[in-house]
Parts: sequence; C-alpha cells; structure tokens
Amino acid sequence: MDTDIAALTVIFTEFYYWITVALMFLIHVGFCMYEVGASRVKNHMHTLMKNSMLIPLVTITWFLFGWWIYWAFAGGPGITGGIGHPAPEFAEAYTPWGESMGPRLDDRISGVFWAAFLLFSWTAASIVSGAVIERIRKFGFWMIAILIGSVTWSIDAAWGWSYSGWMVELLGYHDAYASGVIHAIAGGTALGVLVVLGPRLGKFAADGTPRDIRPHNPWLVCIGLFMIYTGFWGFYVACNVPILTTGFIDGQMTGATQTATTIYLTPTTLSAITVNFLMSLAGGMLAGYMVSRGDAFWTYSGGLAGIITASAGNDLYHPIQAFIIGGIGTFLMYKMHFWVERRFKVDDAVGAVAVHGYAGFWGVVIAGFVLWGHPSSPYEGFAAITPWGQFIGAVIMFWVLGFIPAWILAKILNGAGLLRIPKEVEILGLDFGSIQEANAASREVMATEQAHAS
Amino acid sequence: MSTTPVDTWAVDLADVTLIYPFVGAEVLMTIVGFALWIGWHIWQVKFESNTYKEDIEKHATSENLRKATSGEF
Repeated sequence: MDTDIAALTVIFTEFYYWITVALMFLIHVGFCMYEVGASRVKNHMHTLMKNSMLIPLVTITWFLFGWWIYWAFAGGPGITGGIGHPAPEFAEAYTPWGESMGPRLDDRISGVFWAAFLLFSWTAASIVSGAVIERIRKFGFWMIAILIGSVTWSIDAAWGWSYSGWMVELLGYHDAYASGVIHAIAGGTALGVLVVLGPRLGKFAADGTPRDIRPHNPWLVCIGLFMIYTGFWGFYVACNVPILTTGFIDGQMTGATQTATTIYLTPTTLSAITVNFLMSLAGGMLAGYMVSRGDAFWTYSGGLAGIITASAGNDLYHPIQAFIIGGIGTFLMYKMHFWVERRFKVDDAVGAVAVHGYAGFWGVVIAGFVLWGHPSSPYEGFAAITPWGQFIGAVIMFWVLGFIPAWILAKILNGAGLLRIPKEVEILGLDFGSIQEANAASREVMATEQAHAS
Repeated sequence: MSTTPVDTWAVDLADVTLIYPFVGAEVLMTIVGFALWIGWHIWQVKFESNTYKEDIEKHATSENLRKATSGEF
C-alpha cells in the first residue's frame, strides 16, 4: 500500500468483503426463522439450536482444515496437479498454522476472504438443516454439517469454483454464483441423509400417500425466506472479486482496464449481477405462484429457486434470459419435489432438496446450453463452456460430492445409533422435558399468586 | 519486551508483518484448537444421549404418549 491508489484499492476490497459477510449473516437469521416456523411447537428450541450450533462448528473446522482444502485441492489432487496446484505457497500459507491465518499488516484481504467463504460454508450446511427437522439427533446433524461445510463443499469449490480448478480447466465448468457448488451439493447432501434418516412419524399413510405436516407458523416461514433473499445479496456480491487490473490476471488480457471479475477471474460487472439477481427472482416468484396456485411458501421458495437456477450464468445472461431460466428452474424443482416425495417416500420438510438441489442442478445444466462456447477462464488452454461439461459438473456436485458422501456418513451414524432420535422423544417432542418444567414452574407461580390474591 | 513481535510503533509500517502474540506457537495453538473441537463433540454426544434417556425415563409414560398422540398436549 505504498501509493494512495493501491491503498484505496486494498481498503475498498477489504471493506467490500466485510460488508458481504455482515449481509450473509441474514441468510442464517432467515434459515432459523424458516426452520423454526416450519417445525411443530413441540420441537422449536431443538430446531433452533440444531441450526444455530452449526455456526461455531463449521467455523472452527473451516479454520482447521476447510480453508486449506480449498487452496490445496484445485488440481484434484492428481488430475491437473498435486496438492497446492498451481500455487503451493497459498496452500501452505492457509494451513491453520500458516503465515496468512493471523493478523498481519501486509495482508488485509486474507481474513475477509476467509470469512466470506466461511459464510458460504454455513449456508451449505444450513440448507441441509431444514430438510431433516424434527427427527435427527443434533450430533448426527452436526457431523453432516461439518462434512458439507468444511470438507465436501470446500473440495467442490477447489475443483469448480476457483481460477485454477481442474473442472474449470478440463470441463469448462462455469458456476459463477454457485448453482452447483453450494446449492446442488447441499440438495444432494440433504437427499443422501434423508433416504437413510427416513420420514417423520405419520408423514406417509399406510398406502404411501404423503400427508401435509403444516408449519406451525407459515408467516414466520415466509418472512424467513424473505430474509434469505436479503442475505443472498451478500452472497452474490461476495462471489465477485471487486476490482482487478488486467495485469493481475497474469497478463492474459491486454490493456490496463480495471474490472470486477467472477471467482474464475473472468470479467463481469456488479450491475450485471444485480439486474440478473432481481430478474431471476422475479421469474422464480411468478412461476412459483403459478405452479403452486398461489401458495405463499412455494411462491417465496420459487423466488429463491429462480435465483439459484440462474446463478451459474448470472454474470453473463441477458436479464430476460435470467427471468426465463429462473421460471423454468422453479417449475422443474416444484414438480420434482412432489414426484420424488410420492415415488420414493422422501420427507423433505422444507423442500430444500428441490429449491437448492434440483434448481441448482438444472441451473448448471442450462448454463451449458445458453453459454455454449464462452471462455470459462482468461487462462490459455482452459476448456470453453459446453453442455456436456456442465452436465458432468452438475452430476459431480449433486451426486458425487453431495449425495454419496452424505449417504455414507448417514449410514455410519445410523449404524451407531447416532442419527435418529428415539421414537418416544419424537412422539412427545424434542422440547417436551423443558416445556413440562416450564409449565410446572408456571403453575407454582400462579398458585402463589392465587394465595396472595385470596 | 512484548508478547507480540511489535515493541514500538515508531517504525516504518512497511516493515511490520505479524502483530499477534506468541508468534512461533502456531502449531501448538492448532493442536489445542483440534483438541477443544474434538473434546466438545465427545462431551456433546454423551450429553445428548443422556438427555434423551432421562426424558424417556421421566416423561415417556403410556399416559403421556397417549396424550401426545391424541393431541391433548
């Protein structure tokens, strides 16, 4: 920071990421409102704590190994390079004992960049949390939260959401605002857990017909979704690098123009993603309202699914394209949710697999067609965007890094009796003991008051 | 004498890098962090299992289960 312009650029970038972190906190406020609203009164506080405590657990594990994985696994390892490819000094610096992990005056960016990624990690884990409410053990869920929050999403980001990831280099994988790398993997993870965990008691009739377990507070659920929209702004903005000179991108581009870029260092603008965020939200809400016949929950979820579907290419789409793609994704995820529920008896309590998993998956695939041939990277030798590269990428996100590791871990936890709560506790409610204690105390207080009144 | 690498701010800041205490103990601090994280889970899994056990012993009477399944709570 030896010139005024260099200092301003660094401080602007530092503050930019800091703002995204503060905004992304709202995603988690929204998830907590949404999940608690969707649960029954007998399970409120357990539901709240199950989600909230993923925050410290994913944070410490992200510090201990998640962040290092991101910097170490871009080449596979063993696909396009070894551990730390192509810059082993970064992987070394981001070990928990590394030189860039503590406060230092000559590095003002690493900390806020670490934090922005961490908030993505919370989001990935939090998506899974809603699907499994009212019957999962906290320990079991938190193991799964750490798996996705600090391991599998970190691997997928290294592979497909990095300027040097092997999926970008070989497949031309493009997923600028994380349709696949956050949402598809989270949906796949949720599905992998759900098939082992099983439905809530009473969710399906003896003949397999699904029953509606109504949210105790639909209003809270919808406001929670509204809050997630708000936090999503931080998520989007954090996916960009706010300002780079073309010289920084290893001289791959000519001239001295400054630009915002995606995580792949491909140029875009904050204006572009702002318009497309709103247009895909609009497409999703309109489609959600139509396909669900005006149901509030699915209309709000449709807005989210619209953004998620268009996110893979929202750095480049025309706003009308973002609008249409958002609508298509919402229609598909809604239909798939109810088909999977009926066909496979999967009890996804909040539609997380659909809104995040199916919409994210199709968003990655659709980008392959709409952006066919566009360069995925400024670097020479990287593959261009193609439908087949995106399809393979979507499968890797949803199935390979999402469903399969989660299914295996859920099986292990289930085998150890650490996945599902005891049946009696599920019937009485996870908060039964504390509610009884509170009621007893309340009765004693009233009895005392009555004694004083008489 | 300072626990940090900084003894005075009367320096050219361009020469200042790390500013946290106990530079050189990073590996030890990482080990402590790992131990605290794993230790928390060991405590938590026992705590959670005991809580369910106690709840069942105390509250899962046939009367309570009947009330819960008939909507009386």
